Amino acid sequence: MLVKLRRIAWSGLLNFFRTPVLASASVITLTVTLFVIGALVLSSAFFTSALADVQNKVDISVSFKPDVVESRVTEIKKSLELLPEIKEVTYSSREQELSDFRARNADNDLIIQSLSEVGNPFGARLNIRAVEPGRYETIANFLQTDSALTPGGETIIDQVIFKKDVVDKLLHLLSASKKLAFAITLVLIFISLVVTFNTIALAIYVSREEISLMQLVGASRNYIRGPFLFEGIISGVIASLLSLALLYPAAIWIRNQTAGIYGGVDLASYFGQHFASLFGLLLLSGIILGVLASFMATRKLLKT
Amino acid sequence: MIYFDKVSKIYPDRSVGLDDVSFTVEPGQFVSIVGHSGAGKSTLLKMILAEEKPTAGKVFFDSTDIHNLSAREVPQLRRRIGSVFQDFRLLPHKTIFENIAFVMESAGRSDEEIAADVPHVLELVGLEHKIWSFPARLSSGERQRVAIARAIVNQPELLLADEPTGNLDPINTLEIIEIMRKINDIGTTVIMTTHNKGVIDSLGRRVITLEHGKITRDDKAGKYVL
Repeated sequence: MLVKLRRIAWSGLLNFFRTPVLASASVITLTVTLFVIGALVLSSAFFTSALADVQNKVDISVSFKPDVVESRVTEIKKSLELLPEIKEVTYSSREQELSDFRARNADNDLIIQSLSEVGNPFGARLNIRAVEPGRYETIANFLQTDSALTPGGETIIDQVIFKKDVVDKLLHLLSASKKLAFAITLVLIFISLVVTFNTIALAIYVSREEISLMQLVGASRNYIRGPFLFEGIISGVIASLLSLALLYPAAIWIRNQTAGIYGGVDLASYFGQHFASLFGLLLLSGIILGVLASFMATRKLLKT
Repeated sequence: MIYFDKVSKIYPDRSVGLDDVSFTVEPGQFVSIVGHSGAGKSTLLKMILAEEKPTAGKVFFDSTDIHNLSAREVPQLRRRIGSVFQDFRLLPHKTIFENIAFVMESAGRSDEEIAADVPHVLELVGLEHKIWSFPARLSSGERQRVAIARAIVNQPELLLADEPTGNLDPINTLEIIEIMRKINDIGTTVIMTTHNKGVIDSLGRRVITLEHGKITRDDKAGKYVL
């Protein structure tokens, strides 16, 4: 059995390197298919990360009136942190707000000068992040109606900023883009699978006379088929390496193109962190596709 | 050894391959099958190799009904037969050594046997110096000698040769026939189809003549008569 396997593997290896044109055709089409599969994984990671990034950026910003004392705001912060809907509350003092504003407008002398005349017009601010996006509405309603925030009927809150519509639209857009990219990639995978199977079938069809001769001299079906399956394995391994080599620059390019839009998504880092699983997936897919296509092609020829 | 029992072959287009053919080939015989193109010579050999199934009748190899064999048993039958074809049919991407080794590997022979027998059988056909060449580098006569070496390396009981000299010049034809005669002399049964009158006349062995799928003559030491 071992001798047989060794002979099959050796024969497949020799045939692969002695028919370089046919072998290259199989490897190239397999590489395209694996590249598209890899692109599907990366695009899924990209959109998942982008969606999470946008969701993380969503918060409710509560600006207090300038005359509200710090202890009052921290007291409210503590009580807000006790609510189960809220994940995190960050406090920004009046001085911090002024300093941030100055930094943002450092190149505008007029504003800076006006500030020094007016003093500090800002109140303290709380940024509230919810456990999940669906909870923001409840939190916003609470802030607008809670009696603790309106002692004596007069509110201590200057402004509650919650851009729900914008966030919802962005999330919807990203989610739709993810679905669209997934559908397009699936169609591409299907097309490249058809091309791959046909190319490998054609490469093996060229050997139909040899297969027929092998049958006439008494070789068993498995002994004839074996080297072709091994060639499928070689093609799959080489194609997985090539597709990985192509995916990495693609990941860097996407990172560079999208850095300004979604700062949190770095596909090149994702590629590095998930290299082993991505390589495993592509290697396994390549071997399965190569072997399956070869099996189907030889089955057709061995029937006759 | 080979027994055709009222064998007919009608193709789907209604053309007749063989028509009620019966004959026996005894072990050790050298039988030539002659006839015009389309007379049924190749069909007859394909029946023995289980490449074609008869429409009616049976073909026996010893006591085995060839067309009753399962798909798994057919390769075992073919390993008992050596085949030589007009167009040589060597594996183009394998060296001469690998071409011959392939049939030995298919028969489950060991590496040691292969290493010893392949050079030996190439020596018998005078091509030991071409052992690492590819078929494309050989002349037609050399290719046919390799095909014969491949056919006899497993020491088959029967050698089938379908127009083995059809693509060869007169000198190579004589050499190939001489090799086949020697193979027969050491006890291998040979069935050969041919168009070559000179070959038949020089052999002086049994000749079966086919016309339109029917046997019209069966001479023990025949001449080429059509």
